Amino acid sequence: MANKVTIYIENHPYIVDEGMSILEAAKTCGFNIPNLCHWRDHKCSLASCRVCLVHVDGEKRLVPSCAYPVRDGLHISITDPAAVAARRTSVELLLSNHYYNCQACRKNGHCELLEVAREVGARPELYVGKKTQTTIDEIAPGIVRDTSKCILCGKCIEACKDAQGIGILGFQNRGFNTIVGPVENRSFATVPCIQCGQCTIVCPTGALMEHNDLPKLDQAFQEKKVVIAFVAPAVRAAIGEEFGERIGTNCTKKLAAAMHRLGFYRCFDLNFGADLTIMEEATEFVKRFAQRAPKPMMTSCSPGWINYIEYNYPELIPHLSTCKSPQQMMGAIIKSYYAEKNGIDKANICVVSVVPCTAKKYERSRPEEKVGSLDDVDVVLTTRELGQLIRRSGIVWNRLPDEDFDHDLIGENTGAGVIFGVTGGVMEAAIRTAYHIMTNEEMEPVVFAPVRGLEGIKEASLSINGIKIEIAVCSGMKNAKVILDQVKAGTCKYDFVEVMGCPGGCINGGGQPYVFPVFLPNEDPDIWYTYREKRAKILYDEDKGKPIRRSHLNPDIQKLYKDYLISAGSPLAEKLLHTSYNNKRECYPDPTPETTPLTK
Amino acid sequence: MKLRKEAIDIVIDICDRYKDEPSPLMLILSDVQKEYGYIPLEVQEIISAKTGIPVSDIYGVVTFYNFFSLEPKGKYVIGVCIGTACYVKGGQNIIDKFGEMLKIKPGQTTEDGLFSLDDLRCLGACGIAPAVSINGKVYPKVTLAQVPQIIQEYREKSKEE
Amino acid sequence: MPRKATTDVKIKDTKALDKRLDEATKKLEEKFSGKDGKRHIVICGGTGCLSSNSQLIHDELLKEIKAHKLEDKVTVNLVGCFGFCSQGPFVKIYPEDTLYHGVKPEDAKRIIEEDLIGNKIVEDLLYVDPATKKRVTRQDDINFYKKQVRIALYGCGTINPEDIDEALGYDGMKAFRRALTMKPQEVIDEIGKAGLRGRGGAGFPTGRKWQFALDQKSDVKYVVCNGDEGDPGAFMDRSILEGNPVAVIEGMMIAGYAIGATQGYFYIRAEYPIACHRVETALKELRQCGLLGKNILNSGFDFDIGIRYGAGAFVCGEETALLNSIEGKRGMPRPKPPFPAVKGLWGKPTIINNVETLANVPYILREGWEKFAKIGTEKSKGTKVFALGGKVKNVGLVEVPMGTTLRTLIYDIGGGIQNDKMFQAIQTGGPSGGCLTIDELDVPIDYDSLVAHGSMMGSGGAIVMDEDNCMVDVAKFYMQFICDESCGKCSQCRIGTKRLLEIMDKITSGRATLSDIDKLHELAQSIQVGALCGLGQTAANPIISTLEKFHDVYIRHIVDKKCDAGICKDLISYHIDPEKCKKCSLCARSCPVNAISGVVGKEAFKIDQTKCIKCGTCVAGCKFGAIYKE
Repeated sequence: MANKVTIYIENHPYIVDEGMSILEAAKTCGFNIPNLCHWRDHKCSLASCRVCLVHVDGEKRLVPSCAYPVRDGLHISITDPAAVAARRTSVELLLSNHYYNCQACRKNGHCELLEVAREVGARPELYVGKKTQTTIDEIAPGIVRDTSKCILCGKCIEACKDAQGIGILGFQNRGFNTIVGPVENRSFATVPCIQCGQCTIVCPTGALMEHNDLPKLDQAFQEKKVVIAFVAPAVRAAIGEEFGERIGTNCTKKLAAAMHRLGFYRCFDLNFGADLTIMEEATEFVKRFAQRAPKPMMTSCSPGWINYIEYNYPELIPHLSTCKSPQQMMGAIIKSYYAEKNGIDKANICVVSVVPCTAKKYERSRPEEKVGSLDDVDVVLTTRELGQLIRRSGIVWNRLPDEDFDHDLIGENTGAGVIFGVTGGVMEAAIRTAYHIMTNEEMEPVVFAPVRGLEGIKEASLSINGIKIEIAVCSGMKNAKVILDQVKAGTCKYDFVEVMGCPGGCINGGGQPYVFPVFLPNEDPDIWYTYREKRAKILYDEDKGKPIRRSHLNPDIQKLYKDYLISAGSPLAEKLLHTSYNNKRECYPDPTPETTPLTK
Repeated sequence: MKLRKEAIDIVIDICDRYKDEPSPLMLILSDVQKEYGYIPLEVQEIISAKTGIPVSDIYGVVTFYNFFSLEPKGKYVIGVCIGTACYVKGGQNIIDKFGEMLKIKPGQTTEDGLFSLDDLRCLGACGIAPAVSINGKVYPKVTLAQVPQIIQEYREKSKEE
Repeated sequence: MPRKATTDVKIKDTKALDKRLDEATKKLEEKFSGKDGKRHIVICGGTGCLSSNSQLIHDELLKEIKAHKLEDKVTVNLVGCFGFCSQGPFVKIYPEDTLYHGVKPEDAKRIIEEDLIGNKIVEDLLYVDPATKKRVTRQDDINFYKKQVRIALYGCGTINPEDIDEALGYDGMKAFRRALTMKPQEVIDEIGKAGLRGRGGAGFPTGRKWQFALDQKSDVKYVVCNGDEGDPGAFMDRSILEGNPVAVIEGMMIAGYAIGATQGYFYIRAEYPIACHRVETALKELRQCGLLGKNILNSGFDFDIGIRYGAGAFVCGEETALLNSIEGKRGMPRPKPPFPAVKGLWGKPTIINNVETLANVPYILREGWEKFAKIGTEKSKGTKVFALGGKVKNVGLVEVPMGTTLRTLIYDIGGGIQNDKMFQAIQTGGPSGGCLTIDELDVPIDYDSLVAHGSMMGSGGAIVMDEDNCMVDVAKFYMQFICDESCGKCSQCRIGTKRLLEIMDKITSGRATLSDIDKLHELAQSIQVGALCGLGQTAANPIISTLEKFHDVYIRHIVDKKCDAGICKDLISYHIDPEKCKKCSLCARSCPVNAISGVVGKEAFKIDQTKCIKCGTCVAGCKFGAIYKE
């Protein structure tokens, strides 16, 4: 417990924890000091945006409330005229070096800069002058970078380090020429960026965003394709936030209803694909385990993670499961089994995947994923893009009825599939099925608690038929690196490891709705620290409520194997549902004119 | 661009030189800059592999400090001081004259790779303002008329070498 | 210089040190007094004089000595900066103490033959007092030196900075010797009572800084010497490091002993190769003789010093940016608190002192705080070294007691304004400071008076401007400097300085309106209170100060679109007086853009204003003074 101290804001006393920043302390007292560069967990060591300046008695200058620790008897004034003026000037200066074209900016409505400008009463175009040279990178399939919008808050750098362990983004140059970007101001496509999109969920402006793929969807409709969509588990845990639902509200049924109103031919729950993945992956694990293949086997559902290992630990690729991700398996099954049984020309199908992920935009384009000449998936939309799609289609979210996803040959799903969306979920689902494969019995209880929770690395062991299996679950590449280094050193004790690219798993994916407290007046002040748990709970609750909670008991899956694939790991399953990896990806290939971002 | 093996060895040697230092990056970069003349991305990748410092951080440091260069500098680096003392005595005119004669701007290198032109912050040679430093040699009280002579001096010097 | 073998002899304890000091002192005294039966030539080896060929002079002198077989009777060596840079290079001859100035390599022969052999002073190499027109033989008789007091510059220009025994013979390590007999708290009290304040800028009391660090409980602490002298026009730190590096090292050792640190770091600008070399040499020699390293003088005190080089970023003079730089990061300042004395280098308590501050420390411990505190004013004790530059006659490095007036500095020491023009202003504190005008010439130089007059001490640059300088242009110059050197971290400085510069540019190019003055005021005030570090907070000072003191000059630029000093190119034009023009075409031929036309011998020449780039070449080219600017 931290010591309690008394501080005074505008001469009114408050009791707060010693050592908190003024900004955090003021928040507990009911104040929201405007800010743009504040990073969670009191980690704002930058204090660079100068938007949170306040007056403190005894200090000659104003102090950044995000970095100044409170102490007993501290007198703080937020309304001090010099502070009010300086905060406004800071924002006005930022605006003077910002290309504001707010109507056309996709961030409008979620732009913290615009909101803060409104709060401080920034005067338009007071300071006008030269702007820093800008770069627009739309080359990488996952993420778009537009430095004309960047305010150099540095939050993306922190997020990138947090998610990726090392970090692709950094400050470069100096003074007015400072920019944030990958080395040499390259495209994300020519640096070892895993395209996880964690940078996009912290960017206060439109400088870092997901690649906009709605035009590709429009084209598919225009070309009269059979557009078949499916929605990943984690999307239901967050899509409501796009429409003002409180964080932690289950929106599966409304989501299904919305999907039905968007003109898709069919709309499935990707939980089905997750169940299928479990069948293949659990079978693969049991096989490898029995063969005493080099341990551990590592999961392959997260395309960010695949990028990471390909770039940084290519020699460890043999440890990866060869299973495609649920998205790719689902696409492959739609374009084979589903198309064949329904007599649809597979070349005329457009598969649309709605996921919480920006890296999946890259995954769909991987040559290793193709079946024949066809891509498994044609368009990948993030949760945020789906929000935009629903809005522009005139759908009123609050009036949507409850509906279910389609069930047509495929589509039935289980509780095992739904927990894929949170770190530990894949492992738990895989254990449920692996247990069955190894013992022909059902694991009881069905819940395997040691892999639940949002910690970066979780480990557990379980015993099946008297055989001890060591497992680990990690999310965020910073944590994956720890395990990879153990594997490399030959000290890794685990048999099976689940890895997710984003900290917390897909519920916190790079394509999920923004959690900016300033736009969430009805949420708790600490929402920035708790939203991941709230989203995770939705998925665990949904699992709990499902009649079937084990992938191998999914009747559609059983039928799929019986009628088509024959068995998990069969030659047809290998062809459709498994993939290979590239151990020759250059981290910094020489850029070509096609891979050089536009600078103006 | 791929580095020659000897070049890689030099960089690795430099990294090893400071392996016991707590934060060796600045020391390594200074030495690489001195021995190599510039610090291209490939070299930064080697330093990153040797030290575990992310390439993005190294690149950020290289582009922050004026002394580090991403591109090769000219054979002769002409630094014109435009510190206050030199400025009030016409340092700006001197650098303009160099730029005009060499057809480059400060920070650039001539096409033949012979000269680079830099504007320097104070050399601390205020007593002899305006000062010009060429590869470490300082020219005191430089006048506009001297500029062509100085350039000529180095053109001839390079021919001799 | 051949290395002396004594360097390698380890000094094991204080007794051995005393012996070594005695020997060294005696030897040096003999050198200066001629008791060793020899004559000694010293040559200024500061950056200024080295660039004026003082190394070559040294080599020529050696050659002459050899030619005349005087090797046993005459020695030659380089010493640190004499300070009187505009008159260099200097050659001094002991024991007579004859000082020659403006020496050229070809003078070496005459010095040896006429003075050393013929015992006749080379008259035309002596300094001539501009007032009395008399030749001056000895350094102390030159006005420039008369009002100076040398504490920080102790030994500079006297001892050979690359010979440890000369430093030891010139009171080196005596202060450290005394410190070892005291408790750390007593050392800090002594520094506190002396009233020493930081010489790098803001003037924070040194004793208090050390106390903070001493009070921190930590197994590891650091002492950092800030030698990233960056203010354009300031070079005192460079000269101290070049002239007597051992004094600064001794200051660091005392600081380390006082706060409980075992490791120190020099952070020196890479632009100072000579200073770097001399510090490296001194550290090596001190290590060899056991004055750095483990268990120094058998006292149980371990201390060693490493060097880090600045890589060309002014902002690294800011202490937290400097720490980031040592840690191998971008030199971007950190917010304070936490202060470095609490959480500094690698998160450990660290004191960062400027070179000049540390150079004062040995004096205080050696001579006692009372003696130091007697010098200066009530709140500003001791002396301050200034780099006097700009349009003053005597340019160079001067050390004066705090409280000396600007008038003394400029007129008595500086010898007045060049070409006897009108004094307009003196800028102190570099880009963080402000200017003082003719009405403020009697302001005493101390921390608080300068601040009260809208400027600051800064690191000690003092640039004199005459009537030919445009104060708006000067303010713009500093703004340009800061803008180039802003680290880019915080919005106020990164964008604010750019916008200030753009407004200044509008004013100097005649595109401004009076509302721009309001904008300057508002933005400047915001940056002052709102920027992250000292660089940003003081960035607008030159503008604020000139706006206040030269308001009419701004108005003249904005309203009348005139620059009376004729500096702001967009506001001036060159014309040829047809009456005075001799139709010689010299101007037309010198014009780089062919803007001048006329007919030789027949038609007066004229300048085409649309082509003229206002470079002023023609003015210098015209022998008849026919070209004037408006």
